[in-house]
Amino acid sequence: MRIFIKSFLIYFLFVSFQAHAVLDIKITQGIEEPIPIAIAMFGWSQTGRVAPIDIAEIITNDLARSGRFNVMDAQDLPQNPTQFDAISFNDWRKLGMENIVIGNLVLTDSGNYDVSFRLVDIYRKKQIAGFRIPVKPGLLRRVAHQVSDIIFEKLTGIEGAFNTRVAYITVKKNKTKKIHTLYIADADGYNAKMLLESPEPLLSPSWSYDGKKIAYVSFEGKNSSVFIQDISTGARVRVSKFEGINSSPSWSPDGSYLALTLSKDGNTEIYVINLITKSLKRITNHGGIDTEPVWSPDGQKLAFTSNRSGTPQIYEITVSGGKPKRLSFEGTYNARARYSPDGKSITLVHSTGSTYHIAVLALNNGYINILTDGPLDESPSFAPNGSMVIYATTGRRGGQLAAISVDGRIKQRLGLHQGDVREPAWGPFLK
Amino acid sequence: MSIRLLFVIGLAFLLLGCSKDQIKEEEPVEVTDLSANSTASDEDSAQTYGAEDDSGSTFSQLDDPQSPLSVRIIYFEYDSTQISSDYRSAIEAHSIYLQQNPNTFITLEGHADERGSREYNLALGEGRAKAVKQQMLLLGATSNQIRLVSYGEERPASDGHDDVSWQQNRRVEILY
Repeated sequence: MRIFIKSFLIYFLFVSFQAHAVLDIKITQGIEEPIPIAIAMFGWSQTGRVAPIDIAEIITNDLARSGRFNVMDAQDLPQNPTQFDAISFNDWRKLGMENIVIGNLVLTDSGNYDVSFRLVDIYRKKQIAGFRIPVKPGLLRRVAHQVSDIIFEKLTGIEGAFNTRVAYITVKKNKTKKIHTLYIADADGYNAKMLLESPEPLLSPSWSYDGKKIAYVSFEGKNSSVFIQDISTGARVRVSKFEGINSSPSWSPDGSYLALTLSKDGNTEIYVINLITKSLKRITNHGGIDTEPVWSPDGQKLAFTSNRSGTPQIYEITVSGGKPKRLSFEGTYNARARYSPDGKSITLVHSTGSTYHIAVLALNNGYINILTDGPLDESPSFAPNGSMVIYATTGRRGGQLAAISVDGRIKQRLGLHQGDVREPAWGPFLK
Repeated sequence: MSIRLLFVIGLAFLLLGCSKDQIKEEEPVEVTDLSANSTASDEDSAQTYGAEDDSGSTFSQLDDPQSPLSVRIIYFEYDSTQISSDYRSAIEAHSIYLQQNPNTFITLEGHADERGSREYNLALGEGRAKAVKQQMLLLGATSNQIRLVSYGEERPASDGHDDVSWQQNRRVEILY
C-alpha cells in the first residue's frame, strides 16, 4: 500500500510541475512598432500520436511576452507550411506579415528528437536563419526557448534571454503561519521547481555563474544563516552560521568564493569566504551598516551598500581590499546593487524621499536613470542579456514580480494566483 | 492553560492585598511570556532559556501589567536606531531585573518596516536590538544574558502597507 501511495505522489508531483505556468506573466507595455511575425505550427513526424509539445506555441508566447513582436494568432494563420517550398508568400504579404517561422519536430530512431526550423523573410522570399537541433526528451521546452532566442536576436539585434530561469520566493499564509518557499522556474513561468520550503523566512537567492547552485539566507534555527544548494540534486551545505547576521550571499564569477555580510565582529561588515578552504577574509571596516556585497562580472570588485555617509549609498571596493569608492550621489537612499552583465552599470533601489524605485546607475558618469514608478519596489536584477531588469513590487494585491526593459519601453507583470512573490533573481544563460 | 490559571490565582492574591513578602513559593513557577508576539511560530516561541529564579517576587514582577517590565516592545523612527527617552524607565526596569536575576536570559529581536531593501533592513533591525542591549548593559545587565537576533522586515507585526503598519513594525521585542 505504501509503495502505491509513494508512486501516486511522485506521479502527482510530476504532473503538477508540467501542467501549467505557476508564474503568470503578462506584458503590460510593449514598444510602439512591434515587429510582425507569424509562427506556423511545427510538423510532427509521428502522425498517429500527439506531439509531446507545441513548439510554435512556446515561441509565440516568448516573442509576444518580449513586447517587441506582434505575433499572429494561431487561428488566423492562412496556412501551416512545414517546408520552405510550401510557403505561399503572396498570402502572407497580403496580411502584412514580414517574417514567418516554420519548422519540424522529428522523433529519431534513438528515442531522441530533432528540432529544425527556418526563419523566413516574406518580402525577400529568403531564409534569414535555419537550424537543426538534436535534443533529449526532457529538454524539449528548453530547445523551443533556444529557437526563440535565435529568432529574437536575428530580428532585433539584441541577445535573447528566453532560455533562462528565475529564482524567487513565495510567502503563503497557512492559518496563522506563513510558509516561505524558494522556487526556480523557466523564464516563461513554467517548470516551477520547489527548492526549499520553510516556516521561517528565506531571502536573497543568488545564482552561481554556472547556474548549477543557489545560495540563500534561511532563518531555520531561529537566526539568519547562509546555505548553498545544488539545484539538480537538492543537496545543500550551510556555509555560514556565526553569531549575529549571516546574509547577502554573492558568488564570485569563478565559483570559488562567496561574498557575504556578517555581523559577528560587532556590526555588519563585508566578508569573502573561500568555499574550498573555508577561510574568511574581512573586506570592510566601518562602524555602521555595510551590507549587500555583489561581485563585479570581471571578478575584481565588490559593490556594496553602506550608510557611512549618513544614509545608504552604493560603494565599490577591489576584492583585495583598500579604500571604498562611493558610486551613488543622487537621492537619499541607494541600496541593493546588482551589476549589469557587461559591468558598465548597476541596477539598484533608489529613493529621494518617501517612495522606492528601481533605477540604473551608469558607472562611467554616475548618472541615475529611474525606471519604475514605485512606491515600494525592491530586489532588482538584470537578465543575462542586460536588456531587462526583474524586480519585486508591492501593490494592492500584495507582492508581485515585474520586469522592465532598460530603456523603459517594455513592462511585464509576473504574478502568482495566491500569495506573495518576492526576491527574484534572474539566472544565467542555460547551456 | 495551567500557566494561565496560575497567573489568575497569582493576580487574585495580589488583589487580596498580600504583600510581596507573604507570597509563598509553593511550587516552581514558570515565567509567563506575556508579550503579544504575533511573530512567534507555533512550535516554540523565541528560545526561552531557563527561567527559574530565587526571589519570591518573580511571579508578580514579570507578570504585573502595572510594572514597567510589562513593556516588551520598543518602537523606532524611520531608518533610526535611536531609542526614545519614553522607554528609559522600561529599559531600566528590565536591566535591573536582569541584574537581580543572573540566571535569566532574554532575546532582543530587532525588526524594520518593509521599505527599502531587505538586507539593509536586516542590518537596521540588528542595529536597533544592539542599541537596546547597549543601554541595558549600561543600566546593569550583563552581556551573556542578552541574545540578539534580527529579522529585518521578514516578521512584520502588521502586514499593511501604510504609515500605521510601518510604525508597528519598526521595533525591538524583549523576549524572556
